[in-house]
Amino acid sequence: MLLVFAVAAALWGLGWVLDVPRRSRIGVVAGLFLVVICLQLLLPDGHPVREMTGTSPALWLLLAGFGAVAVFYGRFVSGMRAKVLNAEREGPAKPGGAFSDTELERYARHIVLRELGGPGQKRLKQARVLVIGAGGLGAPALQYLAAAGAATIGVIDDDVVENANLQRQVIHRDADIGMPKVFSAKQAMEAQNPNVVVRPYHRRLTEEIAAELFADYDLILDGSDNFDTRYLANRVAVAQGKPLISGALSQWEGQISVFDPQFAGPCYQCIFPEAPAAGLAPSCAEAGVIGPLPGVIGSMMALEAIKVITGAGAPLRGEMLIYDGLYGETRKIALKRRDDCPVCGAA
Amino acid sequence: MKIIVNGDPREVAATTLSELLAECGYSGRVATAVNEVFVGSSARIDLALADGDRVEILAPMQGG
Repeated sequence: MLLVFAVAAALWGLGWVLDVPRRSRIGVVAGLFLVVICLQLLLPDGHPVREMTGTSPALWLLLAGFGAVAVFYGRFVSGMRAKVLNAEREGPAKPGGAFSDTELERYARHIVLRELGGPGQKRLKQARVLVIGAGGLGAPALQYLAAAGAATIGVIDDDVVENANLQRQVIHRDADIGMPKVFSAKQAMEAQNPNVVVRPYHRRLTEEIAAELFADYDLILDGSDNFDTRYLANRVAVAQGKPLISGALSQWEGQISVFDPQFAGPCYQCIFPEAPAAGLAPSCAEAGVIGPLPGVIGSMMALEAIKVITGAGAPLRGEMLIYDGLYGETRKIALKRRDDCPVCGAA
Repeated sequence: MKIIVNGDPREVAATTLSELLAECGYSGRVATAVNEVFVGSSARIDLALADGDRVEILAPMQGG
């Protein structure tokens, strides 16, 4: 009997050395055992070949029975596993359609919220949000909007990821240095939630493209890093009657407000009629910024966006929230429309 | 007169909001609020301050 096992092992080893496919090797070994079983059954008792290959067919038949059970069990288990994997991979759902079971489970913590519920999540699934800037504020805003299931998220930024960004811009990773920020952000968002559609625009927001771009979205988040873009975004948002969630920060302090001309509130330029003279309002590169601060303000922007989209609670319309990270203080002031505002006053 | 400026109490000589801005060394390009209500730049000259008023002086920020 040992002789048969030795021959089987030798055949298997030879097949392995010659790179014969596993399936063929199994066939050869199974054939060998079949021949042995036939010999046991056909040859008379005491025949030398039969003596050499194990004397009795009973043992071989028992072994064959065990083999069959093992193969059957293996097939059954892998079949079940494939079934489960297929169920998990039922593919990204189309925006706007009904929720799949995977989506229902993913957004369960939203759906149980009284202010949001199924209808709120449905509105998120139809929402089109544009985020200006994939930097400090854009990073958490984009991540949370993607995680929350906002259907279509546009992101415009002309920068590439730099080493000095990574102390606070947590959507980008070390390996992304040198990659355009919008593509790095898109990768991270799709990895977080394959159900969202991300549209990256690797370019600067300019007067020429702003109107056409804004027209594709319901809501604009401004997390840009310069006054020119802020005033431009405000002008175009007011002209199209779209809510603008504006966040800004410097060093330890951040500001956030929802400018929504449809609700008779002020616009950005009502509050800040003129940009400060160059040099008086330093950028993050010049003045520094504490890493988690954009995380705080950018997350608030995402939260305000969800409120505006779903109608939950009271967004910061006509109000500005000031967060002073150095002293852990928040202050809120009521904003008013300026009748002589060149952007929204005449309207 | 004691005024709270950006959360910090301070003793000031100014009696109007525009005087306060000058005293604190701000240029005109800031947003202001008194007792949590926005005050446009044209209204600052006439806005008399009272003891204990809470004044918020906001410089526009561009960082993102």
